[in-house]
Amino acid sequence: MTDLSAAPGFTARPKSSILTASAEMKRRNAAEARFKAYGMIAVAIALATLAIMLFTILRDGVSAFHQARLTFPMELSAEVLDPKGNRNREEMSKVTTVGYQKVLSKALLAELDRQGIAQEGVSDKEIGELISKDAAGELRARVLADPALLGTTITANVLATGRIDGFLKGRVTLETAERDSNISPDQLRLAEKLRDAGLLRSSWNWDFFTNADASDQRPEAAGLGVALLGSAYMMLLVLVMCVPVGVAASIYLEEFAPKNRWTDAIEVNISNLAAVPSIVFGILGLAIFINFAGLPQSSSLVGALVISLMTLPTIIIATRASIRAVPPSIRDAALGVGASKMQTVFHHVLPLAMPGILTGTILGLASALGETAPLLLIGMVAFVDNYPSAPPEGFLDPATALPVQVYSWASRADPAFIERSNGAIIVLLVFLVIMNVGAILLRRRFERRW
Amino acid sequence: MNDMTRTGLETETATAKISARGVQVHYGQNHALKNVSVEILDRAVTAFIGPSGCGKSTFLRCLNRMNDTVASARVSGQILLEGEDIYDPRVDPVQLRARVGMVFQKPNPFPKSIYDNVAYGPKIHGLTRNKAELDAIVEASLRKAALWGEVKDRLDAPGTGLSGGQQQRLCIARAIATGPEVLLMDEPCSALDPIATAQVEELIDELRASFSVVIVTHSMQQAARVSQKTAFFHLGHLVEYGDTGDIFTNPKDPRTEAYITGRIG
Ligand SMILES: Nc1ncnc2c1ncn2[C@@H]1O[C@H](COP(=O)(O)OP(=O)(O)O)[C@@H](O)[C@H]1O
Ligand SMILES: [Mg+2]
Repeated sequence: MTDLSAAPGFTARPKSSILTASAEMKRRNAAEARFKAYGMIAVAIALATLAIMLFTILRDGVSAFHQARLTFPMELSAEVLDPKGNRNREEMSKVTTVGYQKVLSKALLAELDRQGIAQEGVSDKEIGELISKDAAGELRARVLADPALLGTTITANVLATGRIDGFLKGRVTLETAERDSNISPDQLRLAEKLRDAGLLRSSWNWDFFTNADASDQRPEAAGLGVALLGSAYMMLLVLVMCVPVGVAASIYLEEFAPKNRWTDAIEVNISNLAAVPSIVFGILGLAIFINFAGLPQSSSLVGALVISLMTLPTIIIATRASIRAVPPSIRDAALGVGASKMQTVFHHVLPLAMPGILTGTILGLASALGETAPLLLIGMVAFVDNYPSAPPEGFLDPATALPVQVYSWASRADPAFIERSNGAIIVLLVFLVIMNVGAILLRRRFERRW
Repeated sequence: MNDMTRTGLETETATAKISARGVQVHYGQNHALKNVSVEILDRAVTAFIGPSGCGKSTFLRCLNRMNDTVASARVSGQILLEGEDIYDPRVDPVQLRARVGMVFQKPNPFPKSIYDNVAYGPKIHGLTRNKAELDAIVEASLRKAALWGEVKDRLDAPGTGLSGGQQQRLCIARAIATGPEVLLMDEPCSALDPIATAQVEELIDELRASFSVVIVTHSMQQAARVSQKTAFFHLGHLVEYGDTGDIFTNPKDPRTEAYITGRIG
């Protein structure tokens, strides 16, 4: 001890008990405690933001998954719907939706009458308005598809108009109805009676997932069908275009390319490409794919091409990182027993890098799924109420995409569309969460095995 | 094994498997190997010793052209395998490596089953026509590597699950499964405990019967125990090469003497 403290460079440390903390130690501990507190505050802020976001989206969007429907028996009068009486579809289609509208409101009135519900100053026309404008078209299509229904009495299960739906969900009240030209307080009171009588009910809204977008007058009929299909088409195309190209490019750059100025330049440019704002890709897509190559606007093919440009760098970066993470000793081992470069890569490096590649691909696709801006520029925000046909021709048909649907509904005036916009966000988030969880599970499952 | 005079005599009649003439290696500006000429004998163990960074691994990796994978490495001079220049432009290094196998410092089994580890080489070189032949090669290689008894009941278990010493013997089995003529080992025991080291050393002594073995080691005792010929490298030069017994008991160069008596290293 004396020897040590006498040695140059050592200063004698005052003797103290280790049972009491020194002032220096207290200061260090306090700094550590402060740092931990900052960290916890930061995490709390992040979690709170997330919670608020999820809460507002769920509050405003969950109702989109339920929809008010009117159920009543309805006689499909053959005289009205098929005046010639020959069940000829061509002749029958002369009856427009207006005719069907009349049949529907007459049936509803008859049911009110039968159940003894007083109209209380609500006119016949106003009662007809409780039924969605979409219902007549739907009924017409159903009858034209199956003329045998004529003359029978069916149970109509039709959408109620958006305001009535809003009333059941609490969005529309008697006060707002005063100022609303589309609905009157009397109509709402009548709707209340219909609900009590079991004619009007809110039920699970499958149509939200299957219907196409609808015009401003019929928010209750608007659905995500075309957007879901468009997004699915695009993801499929992005997958098919990006994965082979991205993986091949990464393998070449990592394993085969000489390390020189050219490959350095390529590397820098790929990173830059990943950082280019997405709207720029939209402009590029508009100029190249639509104006120059003449591909159809709003098609999922053009959308996928544009998004591929953005996803490709992500996939290349992730793939290169996971190829680089394979230990060189594995390459040595393979080369050492006389495997060729190609065999080394395909037998050993790629299988070990695969989980990383898959994870990167899934995350790349997840961000592609939420990409909006470039799709707006190539016209995917257009109102599309027809389903794209089956692939491959369907890839050229106009379609829209989930995030774009969110955008276009959010910019419509009717609050019923805002609700649907939030509902669409929920659907989008569910997909993103599923993809991210899938990526995490993959990573866990194949945690490095060497 | 300890009888150095006997082993020394034994190598007199052996033939040269590999002859290196004036081999120079540059890593960029770094002149790592300077004018190395050496004859490596068939059916004998040759040890490369020398202080860290003197170029032992570099020279070893020249012998099966593993240096080709290092972009900055430039090799000049001549290395003949049974009279044929392995750096001839017509030589495919992949084909060469099937004849000159290598075992690395850190055991590096593939993250596959024990069976697949050993079977990989024969498979890619098309050495077998059916599963039975492959099974036979795998068994023979594992037996030669003194590992068969320990793993014969779990050939499907991952090779990475074995102990360090077993993994290294698996790597040796993998290297000999392709039927090489020369086996290069770069400090094969440096990651192993003394018991595993003893097992691998014993194995090397047995392998001498069928192969020409070149082993890099930083342990002079190991060189003395397993080798018949020893080459001492220093700062990129091959300082002295001769019978192991002579090098250790009667070094000619003062640098060799300084190294084996522990004054440089
Ligand atoms: N891959 C490489 N790239 C550049 N220099 C290297 C490389 N490998 C070895 N060297 C250099 O070559 C010299 C000899 O190294 P090495 O053969 O590994 O020595 P040893 O195996 O005897 O310890 C050292 O100076 C080392 O820095
Ligand atoms: Mg070395």
